[in-house]
Amino acid sequence: MNLSPIPLAVRSTCPYCGVGCGVSATPLPDGAIAIAGDQAHPANRGRLCVKGAALAETVGLEGRLLHPQLREDGVLRQASWDEALERVAGGLRAIVDAHGPDSVALYVSGQLLTEDYYVANKLMKGYIGSANIDTNSRLCMSSAVAGHKRAFGADAVPGCYEDFDLADMIVLVGSNAAWCHPILFQRISRLKEARPDVKIVVIDPRRTATCELADLHLPVKPGTDVWLFNGLLQFLAGSGARDDAYVAAHTSGLGEALTASADCADVAAVARICKLDPQTLLAFYQSFTATAKVVTAFSMGVNQSSAGTDKVNSIINCHLLTGRIGQPGMGPFSITGQPNAMGGREVGGLANMLAAHMDLPNAAHRETVQAFWNSPAIASETGLKAVDLFQAIEAGKVKAVWVIATNPMVSLPDANQVQRALEKCELVVVSDINASTDTNSYADVLLPALGWGEKDGTVTNSERRLSRQRAFMPAPGEARADWRILCDVAKRMGYAGFDFSSPAEIFDEHARLSAFRNEPGPLARAFNLSALTGMEARAYDQMEPVQWPAVRGADGALAGTARLFGDGRYAWADGKARFVATAARAPANAPDSEFPLILNTGRVRDQWHTMSRTGKAPRLAAHTPECFIDIHPQDALKFGVREGELARVSSQWGALVARVQHSGGIARGGVFVPIHWNGQNASDARVGTVVNPAVDPVSGEPEFKHTPVMVERFGVSWHAFVLSRAELALDQVAHWTRVQGRGFARYEMAGRSMPQDRAAWARALLGVSAADADWLDYEDSSGGVYRAVHMVGERIEQCVFVSPRPDLPSRAWLAGLFANETLTQADRAGLLAGQSLGKRVDAGPTVCSCFGVGRNTICNAIREQDLTSVAAVTACVKAGGNCGSCVPEIKQILIETRAREAA
Amino acid sequence: MNAPAARQSLVVVGNGMAGMRTVEELLKLAPDLYDITVFGAEPHGNYNRILLSPVLAGEKSMDDIMLHTREWYAENGITLHAGDPVVHIDRRRRLVRAASGREVWYDRLLLATGSTPFIIPVPGHTLPGVIGFRDINDVDTMLEASKSGGHAVVIGGGLLGLEAANGLLRRGMAVTVVHVMDSLMNQQLDKPAAQLLKTALELRGFRFLMDAHTAEIVGDDKVKAVRFKDCSEIPADLVVMTAGVRPNIALARDAGLHCERAIVVDDTLQSYDPRIYAVGECVQHRSSTFGLVAPIWEQAKVAGAHLARSGHRRYVQQATPTKLKVTGVDLYSVGDFIGGDGSEDLVLRDPRRGVYKRLVLAGNRVAGAVLYGDVQDGPWYFDLIQNRTDISAMRNRLLFGEALCAQAA
Repeated sequence: MNLSPIPLAVRSTCPYCGVGCGVSATPLPDGAIAIAGDQAHPANRGRLCVKGAALAETVGLEGRLLHPQLREDGVLRQASWDEALERVAGGLRAIVDAHGPDSVALYVSGQLLTEDYYVANKLMKGYIGSANIDTNSRLCMSSAVAGHKRAFGADAVPGCYEDFDLADMIVLVGSNAAWCHPILFQRISRLKEARPDVKIVVIDPRRTATCELADLHLPVKPGTDVWLFNGLLQFLAGSGARDDAYVAAHTSGLGEALTASADCADVAAVARICKLDPQTLLAFYQSFTATAKVVTAFSMGVNQSSAGTDKVNSIINCHLLTGRIGQPGMGPFSITGQPNAMGGREVGGLANMLAAHMDLPNAAHRETVQAFWNSPAIASETGLKAVDLFQAIEAGKVKAVWVIATNPMVSLPDANQVQRALEKCELVVVSDINASTDTNSYADVLLPALGWGEKDGTVTNSERRLSRQRAFMPAPGEARADWRILCDVAKRMGYAGFDFSSPAEIFDEHARLSAFRNEPGPLARAFNLSALTGMEARAYDQMEPVQWPAVRGADGALAGTARLFGDGRYAWADGKARFVATAARAPANAPDSEFPLILNTGRVRDQWHTMSRTGKAPRLAAHTPECFIDIHPQDALKFGVREGELARVSSQWGALVARVQHSGGIARGGVFVPIHWNGQNASDARVGTVVNPAVDPVSGEPEFKHTPVMVERFGVSWHAFVLSRAELALDQVAHWTRVQGRGFARYEMAGRSMPQDRAAWARALLGVSAADADWLDYEDSSGGVYRAVHMVGERIEQCVFVSPRPDLPSRAWLAGLFANETLTQADRAGLLAGQSLGKRVDAGPTVCSCFGVGRNTICNAIREQDLTSVAAVTACVKAGGNCGSCVPEIKQILIETRAREAA
Repeated sequence: MNAPAARQSLVVVGNGMAGMRTVEELLKLAPDLYDITVFGAEPHGNYNRILLSPVLAGEKSMDDIMLHTREWYAENGITLHAGDPVVHIDRRRRLVRAASGREVWYDRLLLATGSTPFIIPVPGHTLPGVIGFRDINDVDTMLEASKSGGHAVVIGGGLLGLEAANGLLRRGMAVTVVHVMDSLMNQQLDKPAAQLLKTALELRGFRFLMDAHTAEIVGDDKVKAVRFKDCSEIPADLVVMTAGVRPNIALARDAGLHCERAIVVDDTLQSYDPRIYAVGECVQHRSSTFGLVAPIWEQAKVAGAHLARSGHRRYVQQATPTKLKVTGVDLYSVGDFIGGDGSEDLVLRDPRRGVYKRLVLAGNRVAGAVLYGDVQDGPWYFDLIQNRTDISAMRNRLLFGEALCAQAA
C-alpha cells in the first residue's frame, strides 16, 4: 500500500478569543504540527494572530494531566477511570440524595465545546434538577447576554463581522481589540487603510494599542460609560438623527429611557463626570449623530462592571433611537472573549438560562425542554451565578462542585474567598488538561480531559458562526473528551438519556432541541439550527462554518443568517425592542484615603487567560514576560514606587506583587494589572485576589475593571534571574515569576535576605551539589553581585545572576545559548558577563607578554608607521620595552614584514 | 692613548643590565661628557639576565640574549674590564681598585653591583651541586647536570624557582620544587590562582613539596639528597636555591656608604656620597629593594639623566606587573593583590577552562590584579592602576575586560 507522502491538513478553529478564526493544522511526519490560518474560514480568511500562530508550541504533553487522580489523606494518587468516575458519581449521588439537587454545582467554561456544554447542562438541569451550572462566561459577557435579552428579548448579536467592513464609523468601547481580538482589529485596520475617512473612536480609560488606529480616543473615567451613552442618547434625541418612525413601529420604552437619562442632557456636565474634554466629547456625539452606518463594538470594559448590563443597554438604546440596527454596516456588537462563550449561551449553560435560548422562569419553555429530553426533572429556579456559587460553597449550602476547563482560583474576583470555599467543599472534582493548576490543588478528584487538537465538536464565535473544532492528534494517556466523562458520570448516577457515542449525535440532539416546537407563536425562538439536524457523522465532520439561525430555505438549501432584526421584528412577544431606562450609577466601591487608586484589569497581547496553554509557548513569553503594574509616573512618585522595581497592590480583599511599569497609557488615579499570572508561574501575582466581588445586579458579572486599591513599594534587597533546563523548587524565594523559554525556564526573582555565602545559596537553588560540577562564577562580594553558570558537557545547563539592584544584564543572549548543544570558547568566555565579549581586535599570537602585544599589532605598526628598528617598534607599540625577551622575535618580524613590503 | 683632559671620568661597577642601561640612557643625552670605564665580574659582554630561563629551557640561545657585545663598548668608546671585579673604593682619592690591581680614578661612580642568590645556610649548603640561578655560570652548571638526567631539587617556589624548575624539566631532569609556604609564588599570587598554577604545572610534570622546611643538604663530595625538618628525604643530583636574593653591598659598605638592606639612594638615585650613584638590585629606595626589570629601567632613566647633568627627573616607585615565563602558563599579577581593610574584591572563576581573575579595588580604583589563564586584559588593569581611574561606572563589567567596557561606554 502506498501512503500519501503529503501530510493532510485538518481544518479546525482557534481555541482563544471569540473572533473564532479558522485554523489549518498539519501533523508533520516528524511529529511537529504546522499551523496556518484557514483560507476558507470567513472569520479570518487565512490570517492568524501571534497566539494562534503559536498554537503548535502549546500542544506538547509536558505538564499534561494524563490519568485520573484521587486525593487520599491529602495526597493525590493515580486511579483508574472506573474508580474515579465512581467517586464522582457516587459522591454527587450521595450529596444530592442527602441535601437535594441544589447542593451540587457544575462550574464550566467558555472553552468547552458546544457538545460538552450541552451534556453538562442537560445533566444538571434535566436530571439532577438544579440550575446550579454556571460558567466562566459569567465573568466575560453575561452583561452582554442580559443586555441583549432586555433589549431584544433574546440573547442575539444583531450584526456580523461584515458590518465592520461596511461601516462609516466604528466605536470601540472598553475593547483593546488590537491585543485581545487582533484579527478583527486587523480587519478594521484594512478598512481604515482602504477608506481613510472611516472614523474610528476608542472609548477606554487607557490609551491602549487599539488607540493607534483611532481618530478619536475618549479616555473616559473608569465606570462612567453609562453617563457617556446616556448623554449620547439625549444628544441624539435632540437631533435629526432620531428615527421616530422606527421607534414608534419597533420599540417601546423610549420615554422612560429619556427620563432616566435626563441628567445627561448637558454635554459639559457629562464631560465633567466622565473626565473628558467637552470639545472631544461633543465631537464624538456630533460624528455619531452624523453617521448612519455606525457599529458600536464593546467588550470587557463594558461588561465587567457592576453596571455592565446598563452599559450594554445604554449603547443599544442609542442604536434603537436611530434605527441603526440589523442593517449592513451598523449596530451594537458584543465581542466575546472566549472561543465558545456563544456556544455555551446557545445550549443554556448558565445558571439563569434553560436550554436552546429558552428561559427558566417560563413554564412553557420548561415543559418544552423536559418533554424533548424526556427527563425526570427540570430546574425551575435560577441557579447560583459564579460569584454567588462560590459564596454558597463557603457557606456550606453547596457541598459538591465539578469544575470543568476553567481555573476559578485565578479568574474569579476575591480569589482568596474561592480558596476558602474549595477548602471547605466536601467534594471538588476538576476536569482539566493540566496536571498542575491553582484550582487542581484543591481537587479531590482530577479527571484528564482532551485538549485542543484532540477534541472534536463545534464552537460559536461572536458573529453567531458555528465552526468545527476537529481533532488531528490522538488522545494522550487516558485523557477523555469532556462530553464522554459527563455522560459516564450521568449514567453511573442512574440517568438515561446520555447514551451518546459521538459529538455528532450530541450536536444533532442540540440542533433538534433548537428546532423543537420552534414555530411562529409563543414558543418561537431566534436560535434555530433546524437546517443542521439529521446530519450523519460524515456530514457533521464536513460541516462548514455557518451563522445561526440556520434554516432551510424554500429550495431546501442550507442558509445561515448574517443579520438579525433587519425587519424590525424582535424576540419579545410583541415583536418590539425595548429601550431600557439606564439611570447612571457609580461603581460599587469608591476609592477612599485607604485605597485611593482604581485597579483596572485585562489582557496582554500574547497571553490568554491563566496561561495554562499560552504559557507553554516560548515565543509568546517574550512580549510581556512578567506580571506588571501599570501606573502613571506621577502616581508612582506619590506612592513611592519606581519603574522596574517591585510594588504591592492591595485592596480590602487581597494583594499581589508585581513590577512597576509606565506604559504611558494610563491616567492618574488608575493602575492596570494583567489577569494572566497565577500560582503556577508567579509567587504572588493573582490579580483575582485583589479584585472586588461586586457584581452587576442583573447579569451577575463581576466588576473586574474597578477595585479601589493601594500601591506601595515592595522592598527587596536583591534581584536575580535564573535560566534553567530543569525546573526549580522556589519555596525559599520571596518573589518569583516563571517564564517559558525554548528548552529552558526563566525565573525572575527578588528577595529580602541573602546569605553571605552566595555561592552556596546559588548551588542550593540550582540543585548543584557535586564538587566537580562545571561551575563558573563571578563574585563582587561587597557589591552584592553574584553570577554563576552550570555547564554539563559542552552545553549550558543553568545560570543565575544576582544583584542588589534591578540592573541585571539582558537575558536574551544567554537564553539564545540554550539552543546550542556546544558552546564555543568565545561564548563560554562571555557567560558570566551575560553577553558576548564582543569582537576583540585580533591581535594575533602574543609576542610581548609584558604589554600583551600581538604579532598582528606589531606587523601593522611596522607597515603603517614605516618602522625600521626594534627601538622604533618599542616606542610605537611598547612591545619589547620591559623584559626584552621578545626583542629577537620583534627583530624577526621586522625583517619579514619589511621584506614583504619591499616585494 | 690619552683622553682629552676636558672629559670627566665615569666608572661603572657592574656590567649588568642596570648599569649598562644607565650608560645607554646617559649616552642618549650626553654622548661626549664622560670617559666611561666599566668593570664586570663576569667574563662576558652585557646579557639579558631575565632570559636565562628561556636559555635554560632551550627556547633561546646565548647569542639571542646578548644586549651589548664587546664591539658595542668599543664603538661607544667605553673601556670594558670584564672578569675583573672591583674590590675596593677609595672615596677620598676617588678611585676604584679591581681584583687585578687595576686602579681607575673617577669623577662620578655608578654602583650597579646587583644581587646574589640567597643560599640557605643549612648543613651541606657548600657542597658541589648546590647553586643559585643568577648567571651564565649557573645555567652552564644546570645544563651539565641535566645531561645525565637525574633528580633536581629547586628550593623556593617563587617566580625564579619555577622558571628554573621548568628549564630543568625541559632538559630532562626529574624536578621537585620545595616551597616553605603552602602556596606558590606567594609574593605575586593569591591562593586560588596559586592552586590553579600548581595543578597546571603538575600536569607538566612538576612535583611539589609544600610547607617543606629544608634541614640539610645531604652528600659527601657532592650533593645526594635534601633532608627536611620532618626527617623525610628526597634524592637530589642538583640543588638550585631560589629562595630570594641579597643585594651586593659589601663594596659600598666597606667604602663607608650608608647602607641598610641595600645601598640607600634618594629620588635621583644618588647615594650619601654625591659623586656616587647606584641603580638596580643593589639599591634601597624609600625602604624598597628591587628585583624586577621594569623599575630598574626607570631608575636607569633617572640616574642617566642626572649623570648627564640634565637632572630634573625623580624616580617614583610604581606597581610592577609580574609574568611567569613558562610556556603555556598565562599568569599576570600586579599591585596589591591581597587587599586589606576597606578594599573590595571582584573574582571570576572558571576552573574547567583554567581561568581565574581577581581584582582588588580600593576606593573605586583598581589596586591590584591577579589573572590566571586569561591575561589579555592585564596591561589594561595595570593602566587603570597607574592612572588611578575611577571604575565605579564600569564596575559590573570591569572583570570582563577592556573590550566589553569600551563597547558599553
